[in-house]
Amino acid sequence: MDTVMTAERIEVDDALVSYAADKSQVQESTSTSDIKMTAEGVNVYYDEKQALDDISIDIHNKQITALIGPSGCGKSTFLRCLNRMNDLVDICRITGRITMDGEDIYAPGVDVVTLRGQVGMVFQKPNPFPKSIFENIAYGPKIHGLAENNDELEEIVVKSLNKAGLFDEVKDRLQAPATGLSGGQQQRLCIARAIAINPEVLLMDEPCSALDPIASARIEDLMWELKENYTIIIVTHSMQQASRVSQQTGFFHMGVLAEVGSTEQIFQNPVDTRTRDYITGRFG
Amino acid sequence: MITPNEKLVRKRKRAEMRFRAYGILSLAAAGSVLLFLILTIVSSGYTAFFRATVELDVQLDASRMSLAEPYSQDVLMQGRYTSVARDALYAQFPDVTDRKIRRSLAKMLSVGGELAVRDYLLEYADRIGSTVTLELPLSSDFDQLYKGHLPRTGEHIRFSKQQLQWYDRLMAKGSIHYRFNSQFLFGGDSRYPELAGIGGAVAGSFYALLVCFLLAFPLGIAAATYLEEFAPDTRLTRVIEANINNLAAVPSVIFGLLGLAIFLNVFGLPRSTPLVGGMVLSLMTLPTIIIATRASIRSVSPGIRQAALGMGASPVQVVFHHVLPVAMPGTLTGTIIGLAQALGETAPLLMIGMVAFIANVPATPLDASAALPVQIFLWAESAERGFVEKTSAAIMVIMTFLILMNLLAVIIRSRTQTRVE
Repeated sequence: MDTVMTAERIEVDDALVSYAADKSQVQESTSTSDIKMTAEGVNVYYDEKQALDDISIDIHNKQITALIGPSGCGKSTFLRCLNRMNDLVDICRITGRITMDGEDIYAPGVDVVTLRGQVGMVFQKPNPFPKSIFENIAYGPKIHGLAENNDELEEIVVKSLNKAGLFDEVKDRLQAPATGLSGGQQQRLCIARAIAINPEVLLMDEPCSALDPIASARIEDLMWELKENYTIIIVTHSMQQASRVSQQTGFFHMGVLAEVGSTEQIFQNPVDTRTRDYITGRFG
Repeated sequence: MITPNEKLVRKRKRAEMRFRAYGILSLAAAGSVLLFLILTIVSSGYTAFFRATVELDVQLDASRMSLAEPYSQDVLMQGRYTSVARDALYAQFPDVTDRKIRRSLAKMLSVGGELAVRDYLLEYADRIGSTVTLELPLSSDFDQLYKGHLPRTGEHIRFSKQQLQWYDRLMAKGSIHYRFNSQFLFGGDSRYPELAGIGGAVAGSFYALLVCFLLAFPLGIAAATYLEEFAPDTRLTRVIEANINNLAAVPSVIFGLLGLAIFLNVFGLPRSTPLVGGMVLSLMTLPTIIIATRASIRSVSPGIRQAALGMGASPVQVVFHHVLPVAMPGTLTGTIIGLAQALGETAPLLMIGMVAFIANVPATPLDASAALPVQIFLWAESAERGFVEKTSAAIMVIMTFLILMNLLAVIIRSRTQTRVE
C-alpha cells in the first residue's frame, strides 16, 4: 500500500481479496500522497439554516473513514457533499473547498456525472432498481460506456457480484427481479452496483441501519475486502461498527466536526469532551 | 386494572354493527340502481340487433331493373330494384290488384328491400334473368309490430286492417323470419330506423379517440415530466400547475367552443370530422393525463432516483430509464380513463358539427362522421318508434366499449403491480 496509486483502476483477483481480509487492521501511512479527498472549511446552508460549520478533514486513500455522531449532526450532509448529491437540493448552498486527488470537485468545469462515477454511493435503505438483478448491476457500466459488448458486460456483472459476495446466492436467477431479494442481499446488490463502475471512493450512508446483525456482519466483512481497492467513507450510528471497520474516525456534533483522528485514538483516548461523552454513552 | 364495562362494550359492538349495516345498505342501493339501469337498457335495446325479414321469390328481370350488359359493378350500382322487390311481394297476394291498395301493401317492405336485391346481385350477377328466394327486410312499423313494440289495436294504431291481414297471412305461411341484423353493427346511419346502423358512429369515435390519444398522450407525458422533474419552482410554474388542475374541471362544451373558434375558423380544418373531434377531445383529456402522470411520477420512490443519480446517471437518464418506466402503469391507467371520458363526451362534438346526419361509414379521420354519444343523442331525438330500441342498443354498444376500456386499465394496473412487487 505504500506505492503511489495511479488513477488507473486495478483489477484484483480473488487471491488478493482474501489476502486483504487477513491483513492486520492498522495502517500506518498518513503521508500526503495517501490523501484521497480533502475538505477545507466546508459550510453548508439549507436556506438560512447552517447545517455544517467549517468542516475540514483529510480522507486517507484505501482506508475506511467512519463518520459518527448523534442524529441530525450533519454527517450525512457532509457525505453527500463529497459526490455533490446536495446539488439536487435547491435550497442547499455550499461554501469552502472539497478536493479529490488535489482537484476541486466544485470547480466550474467539473462534470457531476463523471464525479459520481468516481465517487459511488450506497444508501441507508437498500434501493435496487425495480428491474432484474443483472440489469441493476449492468446499468452503471452501460451509461458510462464501460463495456464494449454483452460478453464484457456480463463479465463486469459477474465480477461485481463476486466482489460483493453475492454471486453464489443469485447466480441461478440473474434475470429475477432484484426486489425479490432479502434486505441484506439487496444492500450487497447495491454495493455490487456501486462498484460495477469502478469508483475510486465509496460513500456509505448508514448501510447497515436497515439490516439485522448477521446481514450487517456480512457487509462489514465486505467492506474489509473492498478497502484494498477503494477508499471508503461510512456514516454510521453504531459506534461498535465504526470501531470494528474503520481506521480513521470523525465525530460530528451539531454541524461541527468536533474531533477527527485514528479510530484507536478516538475510541480509547478522545481529546474533545463531547466525543468522550458520546462514546461513553452519556448522550446520543 | 380496567374491568370490562359490559354496557360500553355492548354499545360499541352495536355501533359497529349499525355502521356495517349502513355500508351494506348503501352498496345495495347503488348496486340495484345500476342493475335496474342496465336491465332497462338491455331489455329495450337487445331487439335492435335483430330484424324481421320476409322471404320472397324475386324475379331478377334485367329490363325491369334497368340493367344492360355488361353487368359491371358500376352498372349494378345504378340499377333500379324497387319494382322487382315490390313485384315479389305483390305476387304473394294475387287478389290485390288495385293500385292504391297495392301502394299500402308496398309499405310493408323497407326501402332496404331494394338494397338487399342490389347487394345480392353485386355478388351473383350471373343470376340475372332467373328467380331467386331472398329475405327482404320489413319496414320499421312491421318490424316493430313483429317485436311487439307497436299495438295492433288502440287509438294511435299505425296499421290498416288490410295491412294487418296481409301480415297475418305472411306469418301463417311462415315467410316472416327474425334474423340477426348485421347492418346495425356495421352500417351507417339512416333515416329509416330498420336500416340505421351504429358502424359509422363507432368508426367516427374510434378515429376521434385515436387522434385524441396520439395528441394527448405524448403531450401529456412531456408536460407532466417537465413540470414534475425539470421545471424551476417559480411563480409562473405554479400558475401553470394551478391552471392545469382548473382545466380538468372546465365544462366540456367550452372546449367545443374553443375548437370551433380555433380549429375550424382559424385553421380552417374540415367540419364534422373525427380529426377535429379528436383534437377537441384531446384538449379535454390532456389535463387528466397530466394529473395522472404527475401523480404517478411523484409516487416513484425517491430511493430509485437517488440510486440512479448516485450511479452517475444524468437527470434526463434518471427520468427516462427509471422514473417514467415505473410511472408508466399509472400514466396508462389515467390515459385510458381520460379516453373513456372522451368517448362519452357529446357537448364538444356538437360544437364542431359532428352532430350532422351522416349515412356513410368514415374511411379516414378526414371524412365527416358521427360519434357514438352524438348518435345516441340524434336517435333519442327521433320520433319514430323504431329508433327507441336503436337508442338503447347504441347505449349498450358505448357501455360495452367503456367497460372494456376500464377493464384494460384494471388489467394494466394489476399486472404491473405484481411485476414490481
